[in-house]
Amino acid sequence: MSPPPTASALREQQAYVAAQAADARVNVELDTGDMTLNIGPQHPATHGTLRIACQLDGEQVISAEPLMGYMHRGYEKLCEVRTYPQCTTLINRIDWLGSFANEVPFILAAEQLMGVEAPPRAQWIRTILFELSRIANVSLFLGDMGVQVGALTPVFFAFRDRERVLNQIEEVTGGRFHPNFDRIGGLKDDIPRGWIAETHAVMAKMRGFCDEMEDLLMGNEIFQTRCRSVGVIPGDVALSYGLSGANLRASGVDWDLRRDANPGLAWDQVDWRVWTHPDGDSFARYWVRLQETREATKIVDQLLDGIPSGPIMAKVPRIIKVPAGEAYVSTENPLGEMGYYVVSKGGLGPFRVKIRTPSFSNISVVPWVMRGTYVPDIITILGSLYFILGDIDR
Amino acid sequence: MADGTGDEQPDDQAGDEAREALAAELSELLGDAVVESHVEAGQNLWLRVDIEQWHAAMAALRDAGFAYFGFLSAIDWTDAPEGRYEDTEFDAAGAGEEDDEASSATAEETVRRGGGETRFQLLAQLHSPARHAAVLIKADVPEADGAPASVPSIIDVFSGADWHEREAHEMFGLVFDGHPNLEHIYLPTEFEGHPLRKDFPLLARAVKPWPGVVDIEEIPPELEAQLEAEVMAEFEASGAGA
Repeated sequence: MSPPPTASALREQQAYVAAQAADARVNVELDTGDMTLNIGPQHPATHGTLRIACQLDGEQVISAEPLMGYMHRGYEKLCEVRTYPQCTTLINRIDWLGSFANEVPFILAAEQLMGVEAPPRAQWIRTILFELSRIANVSLFLGDMGVQVGALTPVFFAFRDRERVLNQIEEVTGGRFHPNFDRIGGLKDDIPRGWIAETHAVMAKMRGFCDEMEDLLMGNEIFQTRCRSVGVIPGDVALSYGLSGANLRASGVDWDLRRDANPGLAWDQVDWRVWTHPDGDSFARYWVRLQETREATKIVDQLLDGIPSGPIMAKVPRIIKVPAGEAYVSTENPLGEMGYYVVSKGGLGPFRVKIRTPSFSNISVVPWVMRGTYVPDIITILGSLYFILGDIDR
Repeated sequence: MADGTGDEQPDDQAGDEAREALAAELSELLGDAVVESHVEAGQNLWLRVDIEQWHAAMAALRDAGFAYFGFLSAIDWTDAPEGRYEDTEFDAAGAGEEDDEASSATAEETVRRGGGETRFQLLAQLHSPARHAAVLIKADVPEADGAPASVPSIIDVFSGADWHEREAHEMFGLVFDGHPNLEHIYLPTEFEGHPLRKDFPLLARAVKPWPGVVDIEEIPPELEAQLEAEVMAEFEASGAGA
């Protein structure tokens, strides 16, 4: 046992405590600047391997710089040494949650150069599969956003219900994630018997899933507090950074390539609307995606009822040679505008393919939007911007 | 779509007229900055601008409502062997034929939309959400001492151009004047070379034969005829052509 403190030691200690208390009372500013926080490359909010180097001042972010390249696979170069049909295998793996939607703009660009048009039946089934991959992709976001704010339940619901949609895609294409089903001039195969009724049933279930997410998350007070007025991106900034998809529409810009620059798919044949939200915050981005998923189920329902009869492939040669020229086709993919700029010199493969991916532009706004936010909000903002690493790094 | 191909033609014509009108309007707006414009009916509108006025043209287009920044990239127009070194045996053997058929059939003028003759071309795309219109803008990048001359950065016009210019810098070796942080974006800092240049070989392509029947290289004519006959027979049998 230690001896009792002397009187002088006690006085010293009391003086020290009093000084500390005085400091606390007048709220002496401590130097908290210059701390570096690395988020990722392995972090659940990064959907892959994205690293964000943050400079912090206490809890506040001074700067946040995304560092990419952990997954750069060089698809633009690889496409140059492949034939057109071989390219779609690579293209499937850009946004791996909505693979079929990736194939469509590339195939359309090649068709434009060749002057081939897929028969109406193929265009309708393409549109249906396109919207199904949107639902599969975005439904995962709808659940995943819960995880970013600490709610675990929604993501399990999302995985359960997404499986239903993947099953429908698999029944037609044979692949859950990488269908590789789109062909220049049409589709590989027709839809199987009984598929239409099954898909109707799945769409009804997915609408139920959207309602569930609305009940579970959007009305939740914690979710609202964490997302409302957080990560606000005004419309003009969004345009300048090239944000697209739901991120742009959540900033109040009424722009949807399905409606405004339809490259020939069946969207103009059905009745649907584009949802926008004026707020531009994380909550708005969630809200717009939820509405869009609902809208997509309605699009699919209508399209299923109106599939025209006829051939599934146009008359195209087995060995595809694309005439010389340049074409750019972009479509409204689950994540935003995905476009392919294809340059052909008349060979069996493209001369140059520029892949415009939505996540690359969507994530480029991160340094702007993160400035001045707080550490816990980094995760919700990243989550609400919704990106896929394969889509950033290509 | 649902009514068949009958109503496609008028649609294309209408799109064509709209693009022609837009091309005329933008040419007037940009004045002598526009070197050439090209409209592909029902597809796209290309404008080729003078590289000296690249920055001014982009700013003028933004102020005219083309506020949505699509992408910025570049094209290397060099004729090079597909992913190989230029001096490999394979290419040396096929070089003669290649020159006779391929390059004469695909003379540069027929390929390049909006013309141009330099090795490197800048390429960007802008949308106007208000007008539901898009435009592709190109500019020739002149070469000096074997390297592309520097071009003005448009980062102050479109903030999103930041990363696109960094990508074009590392992939093509273009230099953007006025860019505050022109560093590698995907590749390691110490990486040498510019992978998307045509003279940058793809090692996988150089060291082993390509799998599969249909390669990107020319395939033997007799095999092509055989495959073609097969597919046509299949097609006739299915009755799809009727």
